[in-house]
Amino acid sequence: MSTPAHGSALRADQDRAAAPHEAPGGASEGRRAVLRLLRGVGAYVLVALVLAFFALPLLWLAAAPFDRNPGITASLPEFTLRNFERLWHSTDAVHSLASSLVLAVGSAVLVVGCSALAAYALSRVRIRGRDGILYALLLLSSIVTGTAAMVPVFLLAAGLNLVDSYLGVILVLTGGLLPAAIFILKDFMDTTPRSYEESARVFGASPLRVLKDVVVPVVRPGLATVGVWTVAQVWGNFLIPFLLLRSPDKSPAAVVMYTFYTEGGQPDLALISTFSLLYSLPVVLMFLFVSRRYGFRFHGGIKG
Amino acid sequence: MTRAAHAADTAHPASPARPADLALDRLTKVYPGGVRALDGLELTVRDGEFFALLGPSGCGKSTLLRTIAGLETATSGTLHIGGRDVTALPPGARDIAMVFQDYALFPHMTVEENIAYPLKVRKTGRAERTARARETAAELGLGHLTGRRPGQLSGGQQQRAALARAMACRPRVFLFDEPLSNLDARMRLEARTFLKKLQRELGVTTVFVTHDQAEALALADRIAVMETGRLRQVGTPAEIFRRPAGTFVASFIGSTPMNLLDARATAHGTLRVCGAVLPVPGDPPPPVTDGEKLVYGIRPEYLDPAGDGDARPALEGTVEVVESLGSAQLVTLACADGTGVQLVVDEDHEARPGDRMRAVPRAGRALLYRDDALVTAPAAGTGNGTPEPARHTPREG
Repeated sequence: MSTPAHGSALRADQDRAAAPHEAPGGASEGRRAVLRLLRGVGAYVLVALVLAFFALPLLWLAAAPFDRNPGITASLPEFTLRNFERLWHSTDAVHSLASSLVLAVGSAVLVVGCSALAAYALSRVRIRGRDGILYALLLLSSIVTGTAAMVPVFLLAAGLNLVDSYLGVILVLTGGLLPAAIFILKDFMDTTPRSYEESARVFGASPLRVLKDVVVPVVRPGLATVGVWTVAQVWGNFLIPFLLLRSPDKSPAAVVMYTFYTEGGQPDLALISTFSLLYSLPVVLMFLFVSRRYGFRFHGGIKG
Repeated sequence: MTRAAHAADTAHPASPARPADLALDRLTKVYPGGVRALDGLELTVRDGEFFALLGPSGCGKSTLLRTIAGLETATSGTLHIGGRDVTALPPGARDIAMVFQDYALFPHMTVEENIAYPLKVRKTGRAERTARARETAAELGLGHLTGRRPGQLSGGQQQRAALARAMACRPRVFLFDEPLSNLDARMRLEARTFLKKLQRELGVTTVFVTHDQAEALALADRIAVMETGRLRQVGTPAEIFRRPAGTFVASFIGSTPMNLLDARATAHGTLRVCGAVLPVPGDPPPPVTDGEKLVYGIRPEYLDPAGDGDARPALEGTVEVVESLGSAQLVTLACADGTGVQLVVDEDHEARPGDRMRAVPRAGRALLYRDDALVTAPAAGTGNGTPEPARHTPREG
């Protein structure tokens, strides 16, 4: 903000130095106004370009599903709902959304439950090298669900007889997401004063009761954040379900999307765009709902 | 037991049928790592007493309060509340209520829900606990605020909500951790008066922790002064202020610390203090041996500037600093041997740095310490009516 103002002051000084005899309010004043205008236009053009870069795919996503002949460009659609009808009759698509839901909800419940207990314990019990453990887990977790661990994860799942089961996918995804979830929640737990819990204890509340009545309500924004974040992560994960779920009827939406090709091997843009829209809506709606209800926060703290 | 007691007690928390004296017997707390936070404490708090635990930070006063509450377990020794051994009981079974320094009001509950929470934990019916919460809130002037969240209350209101929550479960003993420290200076005086009045009206045994000696003196019926996990002195505010048992208590109590001056006994049964010769304080004066090293204690408030021609024995020095205390002035004198002596003089008194000044100890107020123990006998009229044996003698370490 201050740089342009500073720059213009500098330029004004230079102007005055170049034409020392010029009367103030003369031609230099006019030139400055033009410069200012040009700078303004330039800035807005830049902003518009950046916005367009990010808005175009979204615009395509909003328009293409309603288009009779969608292309790869965003254009005003020839309005139709036929694409939705086609999708409805494709059992794969409907099934896949249900299976995405199972995976997302299952993982979210597991991640929120486990990370809340772990974060509470890590926050309240002093363990030697606690932060080191947390950072190591955080670092390794990006490998666990990544491409690097693809083969070992599959072998492990095969060994445990978890290939082609939802549980296997949920466990692997949960394992990958837990460290970050614990990390986020531990911060919330840390900023919850111990006196809350002690106060409840003095009144005779059992540890489980303290957790239910005091700790969980106080860190609820954190739990909501972790829950939504988990759902979004699982919803968009392609690799693990692709790897572990062998029967096509169990594939979640992210995997099924990959199968929308015509016999000729061309991507079926009508189906892909329609499905993409349906696929992204639940997550967007969930974000809006939770954000309105709790507000997203990635750090703890009690609002006074 | 607890619920039966509550059901029986409908009128007032301090019914005579439930004596609530507190007795500590050789109570010791050693933290893992070997820190001895409490070292064999012997203490009795009488039924209905307003009792202060006073000391600098790290003296163990908070640990003691938390051990009484049951949030810390004693390493050895016992704790009795109302004649019942509660040493091994969990906090909820001790029939106590605690108000924390930050009040610990649950931010997600309304004031009413907060006040009713202890009753909810004790499985009191919804109708009764709501009624009792409303009643208690109204008693403390929070009647119009029951629907608010703690975050929407001022500091003073939060404190009263925390007090109401503690009162609603009608405990035998109240524990307050630094009850006034979270309030601003103006509110603090108001809350202090309120707290004292409330405690008197309820008549519930109350133990509170503070590091502020003025707060302890103003609120408490009796004070225990602590240092490094031990009790240094237990007594009424007047006793502790007038006759500190040791030099630690002497320097800790009082808004201006007591002058503790090195003294040496002379062959004539007098003391040589900062170049001046003063009589041995006490009536009768304690025996001193020639050449013995002692500590002469006199509060700045009990040193009076001597007028011209005043021949009484006095400390003499040059005025170094003059600080205004509002209605009085604190003057620091530099004696001949360089020792600093402070005295409080009237606001009208003319004192300028560089002036010579003589300070006369007020009769019966000077104290003499030998090996950190008070040797001056109590003068008649300063014992505050309490028989001397009631005074706690610190255990020798």
